[in-house]
Amino acid sequence: ASISGDTGVIHVVEKEEDLNWVLTDGPHPPYMILLDGNLFNRRVMLQLKGTSRVSGLAVAVAKPNPAQGFSPGLKCPNEGFGVYSKDYGPQFAHCNTTVWNPLGSGLSYEDFDFPIFLLEDANETQVIKQCYQDHNVPRDGSGPEYPLCAMQLFSHMHAVTSTVTCMRRSSLQSTFSINPEVVCDPLLDYNVWSTLQPINSSGKVEPDKKVIIVATRIDSHSFFWNIAPGAESAVSSFVTHLAAAEALHKVSDVHLLRRNVMFTFFQGETFDYIGSSRMVYDMEKDKFPLRLNNIHSFVELNQVALRNDSVLWMHTDPVSRMNQSVEAQVRNLLDILSNSSAGANVTLQEAGYSQPLPPSSFQRFLRAQHIPGVVLTDHRTAFQNRYYQSMYDTPENIRMQYPEGLSPEETLEYVTDTAKSLAEVATVVARALYQLAGGANDTSAIQADPKTVTRMLYGFLIKMNNSWFQSIIKPDLKGILGDVPQHYVAVSSPVNTTYLVQYVLANLTGAVVNLTKEECMNPDKTPSSEKELYEYAWVQGSLDPNSTSRAPYCVRSTVHLSKALSPAFELRQWGSTEYSTWTESRWKEIRARIFLVASKELEIITLVVGIAILVFSLLATYFVNAKADILFSSPRDSGAVAY
Amino acid sequence: AFFWLVSLLLSSLVWFIAVKASDPRDEPLQKGLLIFGVMFSVLLQETFRFLYYKLLRKAIEGLVALSEDGCSPISIQQMAYVAGVGFGLMSGAFSMINLLADALGPGTVGIHGDSQLYFLTSAFMTMVLVFLHTFWGILFFHGCEHRRWWEITAVVVMHLAVSGSTFCNPLYVGSLVPSYLLMAAAATWAYLLSGGSAQNLRRFLLCKS
Repeated sequence: ASISGDTGVIHVVEKEEDLNWVLTDGPHPPYMILLDGNLFNRRVMLQLKGTSRVSGLAVAVAKPNPAQGFSPGLKCPNEGFGVYSKDYGPQFAHCNTTVWNPLGSGLSYEDFDFPIFLLEDANETQVIKQCYQDHNVPRDGSGPEYPLCAMQLFSHMHAVTSTVTCMRRSSLQSTFSINPEVVCDPLLDYNVWSTLQPINSSGKVEPDKKVIIVATRIDSHSFFWNIAPGAESAVSSFVTHLAAAEALHKVSDVHLLRRNVMFTFFQGETFDYIGSSRMVYDMEKDKFPLRLNNIHSFVELNQVALRNDSVLWMHTDPVSRMNQSVEAQVRNLLDILSNSSAGANVTLQEAGYSQPLPPSSFQRFLRAQHIPGVVLTDHRTAFQNRYYQSMYDTPENIRMQYPEGLSPEETLEYVTDTAKSLAEVATVVARALYQLAGGANDTSAIQADPKTVTRMLYGFLIKMNNSWFQSIIKPDLKGILGDVPQHYVAVSSPVNTTYLVQYVLANLTGAVVNLTKEECMNPDKTPSSEKELYEYAWVQGSLDPNSTSRAPYCVRSTVHLSKALSPAFELRQWGSTEYSTWTESRWKEIRARIFLVASKELEIITLVVGIAILVFSLLATYFVNAKADILFSSPRDSGAVAY
Repeated sequence: AFFWLVSLLLSSLVWFIAVKASDPRDEPLQKGLLIFGVMFSVLLQETFRFLYYKLLRKAIEGLVALSEDGCSPISIQQMAYVAGVGFGLMSGAFSMINLLADALGPGTVGIHGDSQLYFLTSAFMTMVLVFLHTFWGILFFHGCEHRRWWEITAVVVMHLAVSGSTFCNPLYVGSLVPSYLLMAAAATWAYLLSGGSAQNLRRFLLCKS
C-alpha cells in the first residue's frame, strides 16, 4: 500500500461476471473493489493480485458463514516447524500422509501490494453500495460518466520483504539513531502455566520429581489483523483445559500424588509454535524450573468441540513409538485415557500407527526428547473445522446456541449443549490426569462443571465484559475487557486473552486467603506468604447487589507467566528455519474514506482557464499602466485636497 | 487589508455567539441567522471602510505638514484605489485559501449532490468580489470627499445585493450574472470618477498616442 493512500473508482463485485469489468472492460482504472464475502477465495484473489487495475479491496463479511467452508490458512499448518522432517518420519513430513486442513487456501500467506479492508458493519457496506448505485453503474454497456464515486484506503506498512530485512533495519535504527524508526516487531506474548502441587518458580525441580504436562494453545489468526475469534481452533481447547484444571484441584488428596501436573497454555502457536518452542528452549537452557527429564508424559488438547458421535480421537507419534520403552509408556497412557471415559458421554478411539501427529505443541517437545504423549482431537484425519484460522470460526461454528430474549446475565449462566459436551471431555481428561499422577482412589467423583464451562465460553467468545470476568481481575485491568473477544497474539503483551486465562485459572485453581490489600500486593513483606511457591493477586470481587462498590479479596495461586518470544530473536537468528521468525509490521494510520472524483478533462480545463486569466490580467495591467495618461485625464476635482 | 480582517473578525464573532445561543436543530432559524450574519458583516465592512477613510484623511494632513512643497505625495484617489485593492485581496484570500487547501486531495465536491463546477464558480465569484471591492473603494472615498451621500449608499446597497445574491447558489446563474453586471456598472462609474471618459477609452483602444 502506498504511504499517501490508494484511491480507486468503486466497483461492487457480487458475482464472478462483475470481475470482468474490473479486470478488462472498465474504462476508469484503477478500481477499488467492494467484494462480497462469498467470493473471497483464492482464485479470485490471485486474479486481483496479478493485475494493476486494482488499487484496493474491501471485503464485506459473508453472513451467514460460507457453506463451502473457508480457511486462509495453509493446508499443512506450521509445516517445517513440527517434528516430522526428512530426518524424522519423512513419510509424514509435509503432510504426505494426511492433509490436515484440506480447505486451506494459503491466502493469509500471500503478499498483496494493495490494501485489503474488512467491512463488518452492514450499514457501512450499504453506504458504499449506495454511492456506487448513484454514480458508478455502467449504463447500456458503456462506461458511467464522471463524476464517479471513489474510495481511498490508507494502510501503509513500514516493513517490507522479510523478517530478516526489517529486523536488520530496525536494529540498525535502534543502535545508531537518536530517534529510532523501528519498522517491525516480533510476535511476543506470555505462556500461562500452573502446577497442581506448588513448585518453586525461581528454583529447579529435582530430576526424580516427574511432571505430567497438559497443554493447549490460546491463540488463533485470520486473514485480517486482530480478527481471530478462534472458537474451534483455540477457545474450545483451552476452555476444556481450564475446566479440567478446576476439577482436578477439587480432589482432596492432590498433595499426596506421586507426580505433579502442569497446566500449560501456549501463546503464539499459530505462528510456528512460538510459545512451545520457547518453553522447550528454556527447559534445555535451564532457564525454566523444569527440565525435559522431569516430563513424565504429555497430554494435549487440540480442537475438541466438533465431535462426531461423541468420538474423541487419540493421536500419537508412530516414529517414537518404535522405541520399546516409549511404546510401553504410550500404551499405558492410552489405556488410562480409555478407562477414564467410562461413564462419560465420550468414546475414545486411537488414530493408529499409520497416522502422524496433527499440528500440535507436543511436536516441539518431541523434537527435543522422545516423551510419551497423546494429542486429543475431534478429527481423525482432516480437521472437522471448516473455518480453521478464519474470521468465520465463530460461536456458530461450534454450535453454540442461546434461546432468544435472554439478558446478558442470563446468557452468561445459560448452559449450552456445547458447554455440556466440552465438560464431558474435561471430566475424562481430569480423571485420566489423576490416574497418571498416581492417584489411587475412585475417580467417579471427579467431574468438570458445565456451569463454569458455559461462563468461560460466553466470556471468551461472545462478550468479554461480563460480570464474572469483571469480578476476577485486578482493579487496574478493567480496561482490557473489550466487547468482542479476539485471540490474536499481537506484539504488545500480555494481550487480553493471556490476562484472562491467567486470572480465570487463578480463580478456578487458587484459594482465597485472608490478607489485606497491602499484604496481598507485597507478599515479600508478609512472613508466611511462601512467595516463591505462590503468586498473589488482589482482585476486584463481584458487585454488591444494588450498589456500585465491590468486595475485593486476595487470591493465592500457582499461576505464572513465562515469556513467549521465539528463540530466534533471542539468538538474533532472523532467518532461522528452526524457530519461528514471525514479525508484525508497524504502521502509522489506518483509515478509509469515500468521495467523488472529477474527470481529468474538468481538472485540466480549470487549470488552463486559471492560467489564461492570470496571463490576461498581467497583460491588461501592463497596458493600462503604460497608457495611464491616455486613459485618465488630470483630475478636475475641486477642493478635495484640504490643507 | 487589516481593517477588513478586523471587520470580518468582529462580524464572525457576532454570528458565532448568535449560533451558539440558538437551537442548532432548527433549520430555518439557522439559515435566517446566516443571512443576518452576512448582512451584518457587509454593514460592518463598510463601516470599517469609512473608519479607514477617516484615518487616511488624518494621515494626509500629516503628510502635507511634513512635505516640502505643501502637497501630499499621494493623492486621496490613489489611497482610495489602494484601500479598495487591500480590501479585495484580503476578502479574496479568505474566500479561496480554504478551498484551495481542500482541492489538493484526490476527490472533488459533490457526494451529497453539490455541483461539480464548485471550484470554478467559487474562483469566478472571488474574482468579481476583488474587482468590486476595488471599485467600491474608489466610489466610497469619492463620496466621502465630496459629501455625496448617495454614492456611499449606492456602494452599501451594491455590496448587500452581491452578498445576498450568493444565497441563490448552487443556482450559479443567479449569483454570478448579477454580480458581473454590477461589476461592469461599478467599473464604469469608478472610471468616470477617476478622470476617464469615453473619448479616452477610444483613444486607448485604437492605440493612439
